[in-house]
Amino acid sequence: MNWLFRTLRTSIGKKLMMAVTGLCFICFLIVHLIGNLTIYGGKDLFISYVEHLHALGPIITVAEWGLLTLALIHVATGLTLFYQNLRARPLRYKTSKWAGGRSIGSATMPYTGVLILGFVILHLFNFHFVDKENASIFQIITTAFANPAYVIIYVAAIVVVAIHVSHGFWSLFQTIGANHPKYMPIVQTLGLLVSLVFGIGFGLIPVYISIMV
Amino acid sequence: MTPETKTITITLKVWRQKGPGAKGKLETIQVKDISTHMSFLEMLDVVNEDLAKNGKEPIEFDNDCREGICGMCGAVVNGIAHGPKKGMTLCQLHMRKFNDGDTIIVEPWRARAFPVIKDLIVDRSALDKIIQSGGYVSVNVGGSPDGNAIPVPQEIAEKAMDAAACIGCGACVAACPNASAMLFISAKVSQLALLPQGKPEAAKRVLEMLRKMDECDFGNCSNERECEAVCPKEISITHIARLNREYFKAGFFSEFK
Repeated sequence: MNWLFRTLRTSIGKKLMMAVTGLCFICFLIVHLIGNLTIYGGKDLFISYVEHLHALGPIITVAEWGLLTLALIHVATGLTLFYQNLRARPLRYKTSKWAGGRSIGSATMPYTGVLILGFVILHLFNFHFVDKENASIFQIITTAFANPAYVIIYVAAIVVVAIHVSHGFWSLFQTIGANHPKYMPIVQTLGLLVSLVFGIGFGLIPVYISIMV
Repeated sequence: MTPETKTITITLKVWRQKGPGAKGKLETIQVKDISTHMSFLEMLDVVNEDLAKNGKEPIEFDNDCREGICGMCGAVVNGIAHGPKKGMTLCQLHMRKFNDGDTIIVEPWRARAFPVIKDLIVDRSALDKIIQSGGYVSVNVGGSPDGNAIPVPQEIAEKAMDAAACIGCGACVAACPNASAMLFISAKVSQLALLPQGKPEAAKRVLEMLRKMDECDFGNCSNERECEAVCPKEISITHIARLNREYFKAGFFSEFK
């Protein structure tokens, strides 16, 4: 298995790990968004969705541990890359301009990444590691978003996620070698669409709940 | 001189560094009467003549062919490698691209893998080390092969030629926010992987060239696309995608470790 370690530890190896774990997170976010949209169907639909999800039992536990593993790989590799890339240019340019390649998403990848990590931890403490015996998840959510500070934090965090995905989506295709003159423009447009859908889809939920309660 | 000829006055802020490891700084030089027909390097020649006449040390900069094919020249001009015009080396940049009264900041390529030797000259031998680690095809000696013995489709030959256009100037490394040489190695790996002559050693080549790049303290590619934006030969990042595919094949499916 030494060959596997050798293959994954190079710069392309690390890039591949970022791409594959990133793709998994995009898939997770799609499923997460579809589930969350049930909130627009009212309290009963949302609670029934949550109950059905939790009825999956061990599958959920496996998925949670899987996501945690992916997150550890994505964060650890990302931080290693960030450190190595800073180290690769010890003296910065006195003046530096974008020549036309970079985007807001690509230039802020490590920073948006760290912000998302912070947000995910907050999010888990808000809605996952909470006492669910005495209050339903619907009550926990509505109580949280009755506080305008949470609405602002959540909307801001989701904008950050959308910016991260705007570069991450097309970039992961490039990394796995799927850059093709016929498909790359479609992938790039799709990337922008997906980040917009995430931004609007997730972003409106806290606003909607805060207005509704 | 044609009627359009005019002369401009510029303020040059140029990186001066006495030697490797010495502390450098930007030095301001007022430059008058620069013909707009001059190339950027000719402008530096004129500045150097003046400096020499006044008993000062001229600005050291790399250059050779001055027609954009050798890959020797290059500097970061106003924050962009090889200056503001796309698809050209520094020697092909003309002073007519600047206006009277402009301030022009000139810095050397900056990367841990490219230590400054003096002023604007950097040591790019790390790129040679990468090529030595696998950027070639092994040819057995013997009679010269027949020109068309190995058929190569025209489109493939053109694609390989696009990658082979790399002159090794190092602008991709200079422009990369991470100081990565990924476009440079992708050009060679892609060129040789496309051609039948390069296929036998493709797996070994990509593994060894990439390991050498990491070893030489270059950064990691994060698909910022700044490299293709400054490349004087406009080499596309589709070659990096091909490099990634070659690496994937070599790392997971070949017998090389």
